Amino acid sequence: MSDSSSVLELEVVTTPSAPRPTVPIAQIFHEFLLIGATSFGGGVLAYLRDGLVVKRRWLDDEEFVEMLLISETLPGLNATNMAILVGDKLHGVAGSLAAMAGICLPGAVIMFLAGILYRKHGGGPLAAAALKGVAAAAVGLILATAWQLGRKSLSHMYDLFFVALTILGVNRLHQSVPRVLIVVGIVAILWYRMRDKHKGTTSP
Amino acid sequence: MKELPALFRVFSYLSLLTIGGGMAAFPELRAMTVDVHHWLTFPQLIHLYSLGQLAPGPNMMMIVAIGEKAGGVLGAIVVLIAFFGPTALLAFSVGRLWEHLANHPWRRSVEKGLAPVAIGLLVAGCLSIAEGVITEATAVVIAFIVFVILVRTKVNPALLVLGGAIVGCFAFYHPR
Repeated sequence: MSDSSSVLELEVVTTPSAPRPTVPIAQIFHEFLLIGATSFGGGVLAYLRDGLVVKRRWLDDEEFVEMLLISETLPGLNATNMAILVGDKLHGVAGSLAAMAGICLPGAVIMFLAGILYRKHGGGPLAAAALKGVAAAAVGLILATAWQLGRKSLSHMYDLFFVALTILGVNRLHQSVPRVLIVVGIVAILWYRMRDKHKGTTSP
Repeated sequence: MKELPALFRVFSYLSLLTIGGGMAAFPELRAMTVDVHHWLTFPQLIHLYSLGQLAPGPNMMMIVAIGEKAGGVLGAIVVLIAFFGPTALLAFSVGRLWEHLANHPWRRSVEKGLAPVAIGLLVAGCLSIAEGVITEATAVVIAFIVFVILVRTKVNPALLVLGGAIVGCFAFYHPR
């Protein structure tokens, strides 16, 4: 990996797990700022792959998918978790901070201003009508996301059982999200653990 | 000023619930900001969430607007740090640990087991929003059309959300 560096400074690799500071902080911030400012429509992941893998070649697809898997398993938004992981790989702690700041800044500023505008003018009948339309579209959008994720990662009836159990717990039994998360999450993890053991873990 | 500690507590708590995306935290977001702390009403929360769909970047940035409403500029900054700080730290530490866990048999079970729960939380969050939105037939039709278009084509969702705004202006406008 480091053989392609034409930098004059000596690169001393002390331990194998030490981060390699190869990409300048400013470049990391710039690229993530660009992604944060242009990723309209919620599909930040596609923009991330486009910028980091295709355009900058900071990662290959395999690394990208690996980091995505971590991002999806941990709490936190996929986009910001990816920023932290990629930033760390490119420039350690400072890289993570730069990536995080870059990807959050545009949306945060826009929503800050939108919030103020909404407070001042959101009460009018036309604004209320437009926002109602937006909200209805947003419901369709979230359902479509759930559908696409489901098709990608659910393959058996018992997957659907855990999905249903989670929805039931939150929406019908009105349990708090952490309680449902802990109970259903632990049962699901144990279930898959037992199945994998039963099959004999031959898969890598 | 006095809301700042509460904002910090609530949003760092919500932060840890966002398994599989921000939507997972929505039912608790609603309970905490609307019912417990009265920072805004449920319709306002839905409006801000919907506005957030039109902004670029990570899709829960509407929390900044809640922070601003409850505590001004400082409120917005506190919410931003509280909501993204804890999970950022977690991602950072686990990211460094993950390589060592690469072949751990429990890793795959955790990934597999949390996938359906994450999708369940996403749908649960969506239903929680739908409760406030789907109050008339036109809203159902808009949601359904957006769903079908997104599942079948590769249109940028932001355009459909914008389309929703335009249709909404005609369908829901009742001048007094």
